[in-house]
Amino acid sequence: MSILINPQTRILVQGITGSFGARHTQLSLAYGTQVVAGVTPGKGGQLFENKVPIFDTVAEAMKQSGATASAIFVPPAFAADAILEGVDAGLELVVCITEGIPVNDMVKVKRAMQGSKTRLIGPNCPGIVTPGPDKDSFGGCRIGISPGYIHRRGHIGVVSRSGTLTYEAVWQLTCRGVGQSTCVGIGGDPVNGTSHLDTIKLFEADPDTHGMILIGEIGGSAEEEAADWIKRNGSKPVAGFIAGATAPPGRRMGHAGAIVSGGKGTAAAKIDAFRDAGIGVAATPSEMAETLLKMM
Amino acid sequence: MNVHEFQAKQLLSKYGVAVPPGEVCDSPESAKRVGDQFFNKGASMVVVKSQIHAGGRGKGTFKSGFRGGVKLCKSADEVFENARGMLGNVLVTKQTGPEGRLVSKVLVEMAREIQKELYVAVLLDRTISRPILMASTEGGMDIEEVAAKTPEKIVKEAIDPALGMMPYQARKVAAALGLKGDLLNQAAKLLQGIYRTWWECDATLVEINPFCVVLSNDGKAALLAVDAKLSLDDNALYRHPDLQAMRDLAEEAPLETAASKFNLNYIKLDGTIACLVNGAGLAMATMDIIQHFGGRPANFLDVGGGASQEQVAAAFQIILQDPNVKGILVNIFGGIMDCDVIAKGIVAAVKQTGLQLPLVVRLEGNNVAAGKKTLADSDLTIIGADSMADAAQKVVHAVAKG
Repeated sequence: MSILINPQTRILVQGITGSFGARHTQLSLAYGTQVVAGVTPGKGGQLFENKVPIFDTVAEAMKQSGATASAIFVPPAFAADAILEGVDAGLELVVCITEGIPVNDMVKVKRAMQGSKTRLIGPNCPGIVTPGPDKDSFGGCRIGISPGYIHRRGHIGVVSRSGTLTYEAVWQLTCRGVGQSTCVGIGGDPVNGTSHLDTIKLFEADPDTHGMILIGEIGGSAEEEAADWIKRNGSKPVAGFIAGATAPPGRRMGHAGAIVSGGKGTAAAKIDAFRDAGIGVAATPSEMAETLLKMM
Repeated sequence: MNVHEFQAKQLLSKYGVAVPPGEVCDSPESAKRVGDQFFNKGASMVVVKSQIHAGGRGKGTFKSGFRGGVKLCKSADEVFENARGMLGNVLVTKQTGPEGRLVSKVLVEMAREIQKELYVAVLLDRTISRPILMASTEGGMDIEEVAAKTPEKIVKEAIDPALGMMPYQARKVAAALGLKGDLLNQAAKLLQGIYRTWWECDATLVEINPFCVVLSNDGKAALLAVDAKLSLDDNALYRHPDLQAMRDLAEEAPLETAASKFNLNYIKLDGTIACLVNGAGLAMATMDIIQHFGGRPANFLDVGGGASQEQVAAAFQIILQDPNVKGILVNIFGGIMDCDVIAKGIVAAVKQTGLQLPLVVRLEGNNVAAGKKTLADSDLTIIGADSMADAAQKVVHAVAKG
């Protein structure tokens, strides 16, 4: 089927009236996603685009609309609060698109979310897409900022820290006539809600996902942890790519988390871990889909 | 953002961490005056330290031939001579690269007899999403080397962000460092101060190396943060105007500063093929693929997910200020942004800058056909490409041809 979301998933948008949130809500609605509520404190009672009711609080929006997932588009200074409001209201899934949240805010959020049932994706991520059955994959569920039309419904799971690199992989698949079950952007920050490993486990357990593309980048050790698990438990073909082999050490490459520090988090170490786990390593980012298809 | 040693020490001292008495000076005369004061107060030694955002200062060499960016002095005249050797000169260390850094300030400090050198740092442990206190008895050394050769000499204590560092945790680490008696309690207080500096300044790293046991004037042993490094989380600077004011633009590459004014993320590298890409991951991957096909990237440049025409124009101007650049690769996956808008931005930028270098453009995504037509109709010699691999091969080839 898919992981995390499906075309029936009911979504609310936190920050629906901001320009960024509004634009992507319109695109999600056009894609056929069930956007059933918005939240902007102080604008409760209004309608977005004459159809989506706006509420003052997430709890109220959930109660009235039956939404189970949210997309967060609020500015960085308010994002930690928005995430925890979603957690407190009992959402199943919170997807935080916001880029530029202070790291310590996320450290606090992760601490506060201990023991919670809510799954957080992001922050600083493109979101999640489960492609739909119609032309250009419309009729699917799109939470976030990914271009919907590049997808195609199918059986490959894609997980990545990077937005445009995910689009690249998805487009390579779609151009070869190969569809995706779900595409997950977990975000480029050093502290995030869901890791590569968490996502890989979900894909492994999803009978409708037949293979995966795992895209990583320099910094941290999340790719190594995922590779180690795949080595011991993985039954499905996985192709991978690691960005940043040419990045100078000690420099943050755009993403807050993309940094080689103290000799840790290098592309070479991650590629070695992939190879050791039997993950097909794409020699260039142009060959992500091809590498996977050769394995299937 | 990084701050200077003297700024780090100011902040640490605010949170109760003992640092050596010192003053920052920008002339040999003022350095001598400060040195005089310290010697009059009974100091036997005074240290002069070059203030740059790079390590390895002690073993560095100035372009003038003067050796050592950190010097111990026995007299105020020595302080003067050493400050004169450093100020206004460019210091090259193993961390600065061959271009070095201009020293415009020195920190003049009272030096004490060091009995023991320790290492202390607070940083984020990404695997547990919590801060950790990291400490070692091997102070004064490169901690990466200690970690590689004798990892058992490094102790780590994870901190619960909801509680902060508890006193028992600080005592545990102090005991692991072999501190006893008065020093154990002193260390516990200082370690908590170091953690509070990290947390309250929204730092990404506070590193005290060395953290020293010194002999104080009354003959007792005391603890002192003899060197300090502090890096701040750029995303949190908005809530710290006092820390923002510590930014030293002279320490940043001028092109990187110029780029940041247009919300462009630019990092200069030493290759010949410039790249302009949307998205950080794709930008890194573009650098990698240039190298894969035998070229060398001149920069990292992420124009963001929704680049405007103005940003593209600014990006071209920044790229072209790098004299090493011999060719340009534009790689845009315009998922939602209109490829035709980007194409028009490229055409405008090429005309504006009078670009003579080979330019390869790979456009993909929304309204790509119109974008490609705009490029083709422009009468400019833009080399089109259909994939990242195609684009990288074409630009490497064009640059090799000269």
